[in-house]
Amino acid sequence: MKRTLSYYLQLSFTLLICAFMLVPVLMSMTAGLTNNYFQGLSSGLTLRWVEEVMALYSDTLWLTLKLALATLLVNLIAGVPAAYFLACSTSRWARVFEELILLPVAIPGLAIALALIIVYGGVQDLRTSWLFILIGHVLYTLPFMVRAVLAVLHSIDLKLLEEGAASLGAGFLRRFFDVIIPNCKGGIISGALMTLTLSVAEFNLTWMLHTPMTKTLPVGLADSYASMRLEISSAYTLIFLVLLLPLMIGTQWVGANTQKKQLSPSKPRHASLGKNDEH
Amino acid sequence: MFTKLTRPLFLMMLPVLIITCTFLLIPMFRLVVISISGEDGLMIYWHALSDARYLQSLLDTLFLSVLVTLVTLAIAVISGLFLSRNHFPGKSVLISLLTFPLAFPGVVVGFLVIMLGGRQGLSAELGLFLDDTRWTFAYSIVGLFVGYIYFSIPRVLLTVIAAVEKMDMMLEEAARSLGASRLRVFIDVIIPALKPALIASGAICFATSMGAFGTAFALASGINVMPMTIYTEFTLGANIAMAASLSIILGLITWLVLLLARSVSGANTSPAA
Repeated sequence: MKRTLSYYLQLSFTLLICAFMLVPVLMSMTAGLTNNYFQGLSSGLTLRWVEEVMALYSDTLWLTLKLALATLLVNLIAGVPAAYFLACSTSRWARVFEELILLPVAIPGLAIALALIIVYGGVQDLRTSWLFILIGHVLYTLPFMVRAVLAVLHSIDLKLLEEGAASLGAGFLRRFFDVIIPNCKGGIISGALMTLTLSVAEFNLTWMLHTPMTKTLPVGLADSYASMRLEISSAYTLIFLVLLLPLMIGTQWVGANTQKKQLSPSKPRHASLGKNDEH
Repeated sequence: MFTKLTRPLFLMMLPVLIITCTFLLIPMFRLVVISISGEDGLMIYWHALSDARYLQSLLDTLFLSVLVTLVTLAIAVISGLFLSRNHFPGKSVLISLLTFPLAFPGVVVGFLVIMLGGRQGLSAELGLFLDDTRWTFAYSIVGLFVGYIYFSIPRVLLTVIAAVEKMDMMLEEAARSLGASRLRVFIDVIIPALKPALIASGAICFATSMGAFGTAFALASGINVMPMTIYTEFTLGANIAMAASLSIILGLITWLVLLLARSVSGANTSPAA
């Protein structure tokens, strides 16, 4: 293929954008690993700042992981059956429920957090517990889980599969666990990855809902940006990026796999529906 | 032959319904009640929309979000068309790098803007080198703009790439073979074909920018975007009624824009992180 001037212009533009996305990340990563950022790399590399962050903020790391896993658990128990209901039900209420579940993605997190504090902020035991943040995270991530599973359920002939199983004598629970769940595994996995990623990186809601005893990693980051030296903030950001990395790689891997399946002719329509939901 | 399926459907929905009612519907309802239960009653919405400080904050946020949306769309169309139409070594790595920041929370983006345009940032060093003054932009509206662009690009770019890949190349080839110039093809074929995706991702970009809190918080700039104003009213001013009414106004704007985009484009619209 002939490469024209416009090809090179577009390539340089895209590379420029890529540099814009990448350079500050790399700067922050080096800053977290250098002895003195203002003297530059010549001052030597060190893990001192990373260690200092772990000493100061390791509890935020554990809380973040605990929250992400708990959010995932709730989403699996509540979200997957809800998606099944939305896929099967033809009643008008199903559409209303669907809108309702999706509401938290359309309303800024700050507003939801404010509403939660107004109603439940007075209940001291809940307000000071990590469960208060869990509520926020579940509200915020549930729509993504439900839609990821729903997209897959829409793409398979649910009725046919279930009727087949039922005619062989399978009861409802048997069908749900042995037929439906294995069939929407892809949606559950991508919904789960999204839940973990969103929960780990959530700030808007969490900042409002946290207490000094319940700080998550992004909350701790905001704290360190405001009060710590640049090297510590950077080292802390580095730890956060390391935590995010496997989730991002997993998401891309699942995305690439879905795309491959879409390209193969045997896969039925609708598989593309899931695509928008992934991001 | 059909087997009648017995499915306890409603039971499947019950956990989510309980969660949504207890922690979303009731709180949102209370938020509305609180907003009008101050001494001003319903007039508080008039105050929120006429008081110079709040109005300025709303207009600043709207201006910033619209500008960010338009610029991000332009960037995403140029790079998205390029990335999905050309094949070269390292392309998938490039796409991964461009979309990696998708999951960064707003505060981290704010910190990255400080890395670029803060007092010790890249542009300050460059400024020192070129004309002996530290060039800083992180703490002004430019810093907010750069940060918002940063977190918007990955989302919009992914949608545009997906849309270009689904486009029918035949139309373009037909237009070209009929003698249409590159520009004409771009305006009359490519843009209309991408329109639903652009509207959907533009609306998401706009709504995310309107509600973004972390970036403004980390930059602590003089510009009070709506979420910052709400936060200040709530924590420093302890003016809960005003914070509530401003949140409702903000929520209504983003919700309506997303609803409108969905009815126009027919595509899925939902903002992520």
